[in-house]
Amino acid sequence: MEMPIVDAAIIARKPALVAALLEVLPEDAVIFDEVAVRAYECDALTAYRCPPLVAVLPRTTSEVSAVLRVCYQMGVPVVPRGSGTSLAGGALPTGDCVILGVARMNAVLETDYPNRFIRVQSGRTNLSVTGAVEENGFFYAPDPSSQLACAIAGNIAMNSGGAHCLKYGVTTNNLLGVTLVQMDGTVLEIGGAYMDAGSLDLLGVICGSEGQLGVVTEATLRILPKPEGARPVLMGFDSNEVAGACVSDIIKAGVLPVAIEFMDRPCIEATEAFAKAGYPMCEALLIVEVEGSPAEIDAQLSVILAIARRHNPVELREAADEDQAKRIWLGRKSAFGAMGQINDYMCLDGTIPVSSLPYVLRRIGEMSREYGLDVANVFHAGDGNMHPLILFDANKPGDLELCEAFGADVLRLCVEVGGCLTGEHGVGIEKRDLMKVQFAPRDMEAQLWVKDVFDPAWLLNPAKVFPLDVTASRRAA
Amino acid sequence: MKPADEADLAEMIRAAYGPLRIVGGGTRAIGRMDGAEALETSGLAGISLYEPGSLTMVAKAGTPLVEIEAVLAAESQRLAFEPPDMRGLLGRQGTSTIGGVVAANASGPRRVQVGACRDHVLGVRFVDGSGTVIKNGGRVMKNVTGYDLVKLLAGSHGTLGVLSEVSFKVLPCPETEATVVIHDQNAAEAVSAMSQALGSPFEVSGAAHGPAGGSAGAGGEQGKTHLRVEGFAASVAYRCQRLVALLAAFGEVTVEADAGRSAMIWQSIRDVSAFGDANAVVRLSLKPSDFPALIAGDLAETPAAGHRFLLDWGGGLAWLAADAEPVAGFLQRHQARCAQVGGHATLIKGDVEGPYFQPESAGIAALTAGLRAKFDPRGLLNPRLMG
Repeated sequence: MEMPIVDAAIIARKPALVAALLEVLPEDAVIFDEVAVRAYECDALTAYRCPPLVAVLPRTTSEVSAVLRVCYQMGVPVVPRGSGTSLAGGALPTGDCVILGVARMNAVLETDYPNRFIRVQSGRTNLSVTGAVEENGFFYAPDPSSQLACAIAGNIAMNSGGAHCLKYGVTTNNLLGVTLVQMDGTVLEIGGAYMDAGSLDLLGVICGSEGQLGVVTEATLRILPKPEGARPVLMGFDSNEVAGACVSDIIKAGVLPVAIEFMDRPCIEATEAFAKAGYPMCEALLIVEVEGSPAEIDAQLSVILAIARRHNPVELREAADEDQAKRIWLGRKSAFGAMGQINDYMCLDGTIPVSSLPYVLRRIGEMSREYGLDVANVFHAGDGNMHPLILFDANKPGDLELCEAFGADVLRLCVEVGGCLTGEHGVGIEKRDLMKVQFAPRDMEAQLWVKDVFDPAWLLNPAKVFPLDVTASRRAA
Repeated sequence: MKPADEADLAEMIRAAYGPLRIVGGGTRAIGRMDGAEALETSGLAGISLYEPGSLTMVAKAGTPLVEIEAVLAAESQRLAFEPPDMRGLLGRQGTSTIGGVVAANASGPRRVQVGACRDHVLGVRFVDGSGTVIKNGGRVMKNVTGYDLVKLLAGSHGTLGVLSEVSFKVLPCPETEATVVIHDQNAAEAVSAMSQALGSPFEVSGAAHGPAGGSAGAGGEQGKTHLRVEGFAASVAYRCQRLVALLAAFGEVTVEADAGRSAMIWQSIRDVSAFGDANAVVRLSLKPSDFPALIAGDLAETPAAGHRFLLDWGGGLAWLAADAEPVAGFLQRHQARCAQVGGHATLIKGDVEGPYFQPESAGIAALTAGLRAKFDPRGLLNPRLMG
């Protein structure tokens, strides 16, 4: 993975940089020992590691502003970091950068149930946002699988989704406002506890900008009332096409499930061996969950099951109680862990139009045979966000590269059928070099304009998202 | 100027030498665009793709909204954010286009539950002020590939680019609907009731109050509060029953169970029909609990004036009719209040010399000016419209 050449002049100025940071931060917030900084050398894309020059852990917006001002004045690039759970290398450092971690900024600042919002410091974990409001019958909807650990800051940077987003939307649909610190230290309040932008939708472009436009230190988030209840149903089919058709029919019937999850045979087998959830051994499996009162749940499920029966399922399994519901979800929730136990794997994140599902699955199967690498498919069927898990052996020379080549081909296929490279995880470094598959030069240039305006010095997370040759002149300036 | 297709549009903009006024149907434009040459988008029309099973439609920007809604209705689907028909309110003629809907981020009562127009747009093609065709987003809901310029273009009122094609998410129509009505509430009671309803698990898809206000003295007229419930018939009946019980403490609560009559209530709220006779109308976006103090302040300031208001989005959207005071002062007073408490006020109907949109803070203004300089360096596209 190509990264920019480290700036030797910045490295040489490390003592001055550390001294300047220690003037604006307490000692325990500045990490510069060569061994200690290694804790920040990677995120969840562990194949790529590089210790930063310095790591800082500010506690307040004004500390963040002071840090950025120091780095701006000294021309030092900054890589923001939430919890470091990015699967795309979003928080991967360069050797000449400062990692700015917001993990110590995790307070709840304000909860307002009548107006249905919560304001938090951005280092707070996703699940603990719901944790702060659930006793009052509310929750925060976007729920990435890493929600126990991932931070709101990262969620905003990547516009994270999760299984609930079919019904409730992704981060950008639930974000009301941010406190954003620009690279020169300017602190801006954008949005707030009211709906819609008063002029241009800056909040909308900040969300998903992968830490390249500013550092979000506080966020105002929409909270929603918890439904009365929820229940899943499990369906097994003897082909991917039939499962895909069933998904389509459920959607067309006017039922809006809160989640529709899809697993194929390789995934089912691996998961069953690991979690022993009692899944049927079939070609394709759907888990559909609906919400409402017990009577409403029954009514929605009877519509869904009637549709499923028209597709000759090999199995239909309802949950009679809470335990059975948990068992239905058990396999799906252990899927990544199950795959990880068998093998090293690479998880892709390409999204496709739901109608292309059977074709794409067939092509992935063909490519799997061509590359000689197994693939298991698990994904959010309702919105076409696929997670092909490509299995490889990290100890076998060349296997990682082969796996990456296979992954790149799968993502090209996603774009080919009218989808995109990444539905939830973001571009980071992982898909940076595939951006030209999805965007023409003029399309990318328009995105670069936005960064030109927010961060004219190009110091915030400069090596991410866009191919290095496309950003070279801006980064050099 | 009326381009026949996207390439034509790009060429016309490239060759333009003066400010352009972007016109879709002309039904929802805000502000004054004096002396600018009209660029009509109605020639870029037609639905390019519609996949009901994927909940996706792609249409050229000049496609009439009515055409899109008819095609969707035939498959029992709809634009869930219910774009308003502004012609009655603004006294205009014309055929609203989907491009205009997106450019204005036009969103009706259901916005409070399902999100605004911008939350349903999946992709855009547009021509910037230099005549370059740019695309962003695509056809899928989950898309975090690069920066989200779709959100930036939505609600930009044509000032960053002229939309040529939009892709959007559609949703199924429910089997039926009903409306819970709380009679005789003032502003504070209404906001309180709507907050309770929206904080309940009964999936309220519209929460509005009014119109109310009118003559002062007693603090203005009381209005009705409306809460919409949509879905399968049994579910709607159940949820209405639960809401009636929940809100009983507020006084007389009834249910309009006839779906047709319920729909008419919400169409009237959506289109702000009550204020068609107003000289000027200001649209406020604010935190719902800030509204009662705001309207009380208005009453205290000018007790003799009308102070008619209509609340939507649970109180997060307020329409104020200026009946008896000069528009400029009316607008400025509300923009100042929004600057104080958070939110924004826009002049939707009426004429002023100054800005129609809420003035921005210095830091934000620097960013929006910077973006306009990039996307429209010659300042051709609806210049100075948004401030």
